[in-house]
Amino acid sequence: MTDISAQAPQFDWKSSGFTARLQARRRSELWLRGLGLGAIGLALLMLAIMLTSIVGSALGALRQTHVTISVPIPADQVDPADPFSANWRRIMQNYVASLYPEASAAELRELGGILSKGAQFMVREAVVEDPSLIGQTLTISVPVSDPFDQLAKGFIKRETPENERRVNDAQIAAFDVLDKAGLISQPINWGLLTNGDSRFPELAGLRGAAVGTFYLLLTCFVLSFPVGIAAAIYLEEFAPKNRLSDFIEVNINNLAAVPSVVFGLLALAVFLNWFGLPRGAPIVGGLTLALMSLPTIIIATRAALKAVPPSIREAALGIGASHQQVIFHHVLPLAMPGILTGTILAMAQAIGETAPLLLIGMNAFITSIPTSPLESATTLPTQIFIWADSPERGFVSRTSAGIVVLLVALVAMNGLAIYLRRKFERRW
Amino acid sequence: MTLVAFSILFAAALGGYILNRMAADRIRKGGARLHSLSGFHGMYSALVVGLPGLFLLTIWLILQGPVSENLMMSGLPDGVLDGLDAGKIALIRSEITQIANGNVFGTPDPWKIEAAERLISLNAAGDRLMVVSVALLVLAGLVYARSRVSSEFRARHGVEAIILGLMVGCSGMAVVTTAGIVFSLIYESWAFFELIPLQDFLFGLNWEPQIAIRADQVAGAGAFGVIPVFLGTLVIMTVALVIAVPIGLFAAIYLNEFAAARTRNIVKPLLEILSGIPTIVYGFFAILTVAPFLREMAAGAGLTISPNTALAGGGVMAIMLIPFISSFTDDALAAVPQSLRDGSLALGATRGETMLKVLFPAAIPGIVGGVLLAVSRAIGETMIVVMAAGLIAKLTINPLDSVTTVTVQIVTLLIGDTEFDNPKTLAAFALGMLLFVITLGINILALRIVRKYRELYD
Repeated sequence: MTDISAQAPQFDWKSSGFTARLQARRRSELWLRGLGLGAIGLALLMLAIMLTSIVGSALGALRQTHVTISVPIPADQVDPADPFSANWRRIMQNYVASLYPEASAAELRELGGILSKGAQFMVREAVVEDPSLIGQTLTISVPVSDPFDQLAKGFIKRETPENERRVNDAQIAAFDVLDKAGLISQPINWGLLTNGDSRFPELAGLRGAAVGTFYLLLTCFVLSFPVGIAAAIYLEEFAPKNRLSDFIEVNINNLAAVPSVVFGLLALAVFLNWFGLPRGAPIVGGLTLALMSLPTIIIATRAALKAVPPSIREAALGIGASHQQVIFHHVLPLAMPGILTGTILAMAQAIGETAPLLLIGMNAFITSIPTSPLESATTLPTQIFIWADSPERGFVSRTSAGIVVLLVALVAMNGLAIYLRRKFERRW
Repeated sequence: MTLVAFSILFAAALGGYILNRMAADRIRKGGARLHSLSGFHGMYSALVVGLPGLFLLTIWLILQGPVSENLMMSGLPDGVLDGLDAGKIALIRSEITQIANGNVFGTPDPWKIEAAERLISLNAAGDRLMVVSVALLVLAGLVYARSRVSSEFRARHGVEAIILGLMVGCSGMAVVTTAGIVFSLIYESWAFFELIPLQDFLFGLNWEPQIAIRADQVAGAGAFGVIPVFLGTLVIMTVALVIAVPIGLFAAIYLNEFAAARTRNIVKPLLEILSGIPTIVYGFFAILTVAPFLREMAAGAGLTISPNTALAGGGVMAIMLIPFISSFTDDALAAVPQSLRDGSLALGATRGETMLKVLFPAAIPGIVGGVLLAVSRAIGETMIVVMAAGLIAKLTINPLDSVTTVTVQIVTLLIGDTEFDNPKTLAAFALGMLLFVITLGINILALRIVRKYRELYD
């Protein structure tokens, strides 16, 4: 054997050419790392900007400016037997006129505009609930209308020239008088969660949308969960390997990638136009979203079934169970945590879906809270869409608040899925 | 009445279960050996009774409304519908239905009230007929199932065959859905192309769908050339991909090759959050923050740009696509065999050189597949562009201009009340058809590329 190293040409590891090349290579290495870190940083920065700008904007809807008023309920205008149908509009107008005896009719209209349009209904409700107030003075805290809410929160600036803001100087002066008298307060805006939708931002709430979303998800779950599991069991455990099974599988994979708006077109043409199902009803939305979440549930269920070890199947078969008994008594219960996790994630996807719901009319203006899945309703995302389209300044913060509610629901569902996975995860 | 029908169905299924189970138990007590456990006999009866009844009820409930309305419409007095077009007739139909539901506005014509009363009685008769037919059907099922009980009857096989059939039916749902999509799109697009010639749609350079529905409306002349709409989609998609692809690729490269396991475990879920956020949130972010920001930037540079530029919509869409591209790239890089990586490192290449010269080229097919899927998502994405892009179709490729997209047009054409007899509504289905065909083509291509590549190393 000859010594190879003795014959090899001596390489100068310290030569300037080599050092330069090495440095260049290390530099490009650093560049790649830097670009990668930069890309990740940029993506996370965008996430952070998005969340902070929306949460920051939503804070504006956290509180609602209220004014405390003491309305005399004149006995001659309210019938104790039927307080509901009294002329509450006039009672409120008279009340405002009594506060400002010198104001002209036009000025009175402007001053009355400080109160929300819903104030008369709140007074009405209070009196209907307690008819003994008739003839007395009712002291009640009602929301101020949106421009004054914006003024109190500082979104409408007093420095802005009078003709460029939605409240004039006289109105601001009257508002300041009320403020000085300690009648203006800013309680937490629970109405945002407990009210239905409204044209007036100070009265608009998410309850109708939340109930609509609940019915929608319920329909979606009831339809897609059993059908998805049954389809997955068949494809994973029973389907013969033939062209038909392949065709079904290709179909499922393609459905998962069809744009959501196309499902909306399907629902509009088939469910609404041909079957004549009610427009804007959560049941139709749920049906549409069930078709959309079916592929997700099928894929998740198949993965969960695959993860159950064959020894379980063989043991059950060995003691004489039929193929279906093996699946329904042993494999399916063991795969259930995985299936549930996948289903919850599919529902979390469905809850934020908007486009197909717009096409089947779930973006109508509906103030009442739906009482069944057959009534027209909105959902959280379509309500967000309606509010985002509304011109009033107060709806900007309410849209953001709606998004925060939606995101909280999403985090809760994902949290539940992660909890289930951690708690029941088994490795064989 | 519906509730009554369902109660009958449920009670009959339960009764059938108990009846057959008891019958089977009696046979066993009599000393004979049953082929199947008595529970299977009961289950067999419940399925035989319940399934046809449930099927009948569902079909009946779907069809009863339209059928009785058609009967009512065909029974209207002669002459009241003469000379009216389809839209007016549909209006009369819905007015009568409203009256029948108790929503009376004004004083309707007497013949409408009469028709509404007939509709109510037709519906009531339909309800009665439904209950009777369900009752007869379940009775027949009960008798048949009971007659099958015997010691030789293979009830378990029967039950399993029925359940297998149900499962086959469920897995057929995907095919039914696809068929439904294809069929409804073709059907409505066909109606559209009877009004507007196909070549005008595919090659027209003008898109002005806001035509008058009623004679007294002021509206555009109506032009349905899809090219400007499609161009707008391409502009927004290009903006989104130009931003998202490099960021997604570099993020995946870093996570795959350089990041410590801990960083990876934190950063990956954070990136996944981006893909879990509903797209309407991105849309609102675009109009709340991004568009005003861009406008201020442009004002600083002395430009006035429209509030809904393609840049704002595309930029926000890019954020949504980053996790999509990075996770696909990550998967593709992870699928490259370890031996290639080891070989390259052993020859003295740095990690970066291994990545760029060995792993990345080997993973290119998978990455291309992922990017193609991202393209299809960008084309089909709706809410971001509905909120952030424009409504007017312009023949421009300037990302600082306002453009519209296929999905935006579909939504704006169909939002609000829709009638199925004017080209404005039907145009949305033609656009949907275009969208479906394009995304399907891209998806099939992408999946094929990904699959082919996987086979290479497995």
